[in-house]
Amino acid sequence: MGVAGGAPSERARLASAGARATVAAVLGNQPRRDVALNAAFAGLLLLAILIALAGLVALLTQALIKGAPALSADLFTNVPSTINPENAGFRPAIIGSLELIGGVILFIVPVGVGAAIYLEEYADNSKWWNRLIEVNIQNLAAVPSIIYGILGLAFIVRGPLDIGFILAAGSLTLALLVLPVVIIAGREAIRAVPDSIRQGSLALGATQWQTVRRQVLPAAIPGIATGVILAVSRALGEAAPLLLVGATVFVTFDPTFFSADGYSALPVQIFQYATRPQEEFQALAAAGIIVMLVVLLAMNSFAIWLRNRYEQRW
Amino acid sequence: MTQDESRAETGRQTREEAAERAAIAVRPGEFNHSAGKREKVFELKGVGVDYSGAAAVKDISMDIRRNDVTALIGPSGCGKSTLLRCLNRMNDLIPGASVHGELLYHGEDLYGSGVDPIQVRKLIGMVFQKPNPFPKSIYDNVAFGPRILGRKDDLDETVEGALRGAALWDEAKDRLEDNAFGLSGGQQQRLCIARCIAVQPDTILMDEPCSALDPISTGKIEDLMIELKEQFSIVIVTHNMQQAARVSDRTAFLMVELDADEENRWGRLVEYDETEKIFTNPADRRTEDYVSGKVG
Repeated sequence: MGVAGGAPSERARLASAGARATVAAVLGNQPRRDVALNAAFAGLLLLAILIALAGLVALLTQALIKGAPALSADLFTNVPSTINPENAGFRPAIIGSLELIGGVILFIVPVGVGAAIYLEEYADNSKWWNRLIEVNIQNLAAVPSIIYGILGLAFIVRGPLDIGFILAAGSLTLALLVLPVVIIAGREAIRAVPDSIRQGSLALGATQWQTVRRQVLPAAIPGIATGVILAVSRALGEAAPLLLVGATVFVTFDPTFFSADGYSALPVQIFQYATRPQEEFQALAAAGIIVMLVVLLAMNSFAIWLRNRYEQRW
Repeated sequence: MTQDESRAETGRQTREEAAERAAIAVRPGEFNHSAGKREKVFELKGVGVDYSGAAAVKDISMDIRRNDVTALIGPSGCGKSTLLRCLNRMNDLIPGASVHGELLYHGEDLYGSGVDPIQVRKLIGMVFQKPNPFPKSIYDNVAFGPRILGRKDDLDETVEGALRGAALWDEAKDRLEDNAFGLSGGQQQRLCIARCIAVQPDTILMDEPCSALDPISTGKIEDLMIELKEQFSIVIVTHNMQQAARVSDRTAFLMVELDADEENRWGRLVEYDETEKIFTNPADRRTEDYVSGKVG
């Protein structure tokens, strides 16, 4: 392996010793400042997530400690009361919430999925109105819920629809509130279906509708379903817009969809109990929060499970 | 469902009318090979394609014969895939694409005003570069075409016939209900060919069907092409010259052409002849340079 004359073995030995020394120097020299900065950043990032988690944990423990004594089956079967906190429950509010989200699902699934299909599969993005719709939907998702309450009051309860302070009005208001979430999730699910599938279908002589109906939609359903569940869980937790469209805080009967007698919802009832000064009602409110959190966590977990289980990997 | 069926029904009627008008028998196996051998399927006269005004291929004139394997070869960017996609109007799906010139299929203008691209694609199937099975069972992949066309009678036989036709039956018969994604790449591509055959097209277009496959799978697909041309006319795009030499009867060589200031480039047909002649004794110097490997 000698290079030129003299003592080749000696030169080779020196060269490899030099290389070893260089490697050792580079590996051994980790600047202390880099190490410290690295650790500092990792610490900061960890702190960020801990702050977020701490809020949730504080809320949960507070609700559990306060609400645990009030937790019983009576909570689900008894009607509210302002006199007897020990007998008061959430029955009309729970039924009201279930009917509300039932109506929300009936509305957002066809409308949301339809809008998502239009925007992804049919809309020509070179046309200004399609781009306008797109920007609008992004913005709508960020509009505060109370604004939707005012919209519901002006256009659904009164105004053009004029259906009054009924449960259907609350349901429709919530549906409009969460519709952008469904559209955005639906679009993402549809966009995730690769173009090669559409091309393969069209190349067999399928129409665009057959391609959407039989290839794109089935492949996108897990993503769409996830979006629907997340939207519904948001609708379930909303109180503000409902207060404007007739969710009376005190209802002692089972509400129905079109009845003019008034209706209530779980978050509204919790709010009502929480504003009362008596300690017993505070416990009742905390118990209501536990019920709602359990339902929400169950729904969100189901959405995550659904996504992981059925999501198509391409 | 009923909507789909009625649509498929009218689709079939239109298809049958079109077939009558063009005086063609589209069912496989009904061809009179000795008489049909010289018959033209496609006639291209000055065909060009623009993408948003920029030419991709210019002035292509060629006849494609029935029951031949016709290969389109040429360097990258010469527009061979673009040309192939004109033949079953897949270019319609690309915004801004426009086709001009005359493109006749069994004498019918494919771009005539009354022609529905959906009907064109029922007659002229396509297999893509990357295998693109649907995320469904093997059976449902093959049955998709017949189902959307409303041909639901004897579906099992149709599926079996198509899988046999694509030399996949023996490997797939015990796992018809398994997801097609579980097949190997080569099997997936044969499944895509089976899916295409199941619609009973007249012509099959293949866009570099083996470029994502290993040599053994490639060999199987090449053998398959030689079998399939008994029933179908095949047009294949390939940048593998040996493949063109092995499977095709006629070969078209396309090249990239530049304008004077070298800003715009488009593909143009240099030479089109019997494959043997293209590879042994081409008329054009540029063809010779390309097939002998002097230029890529």
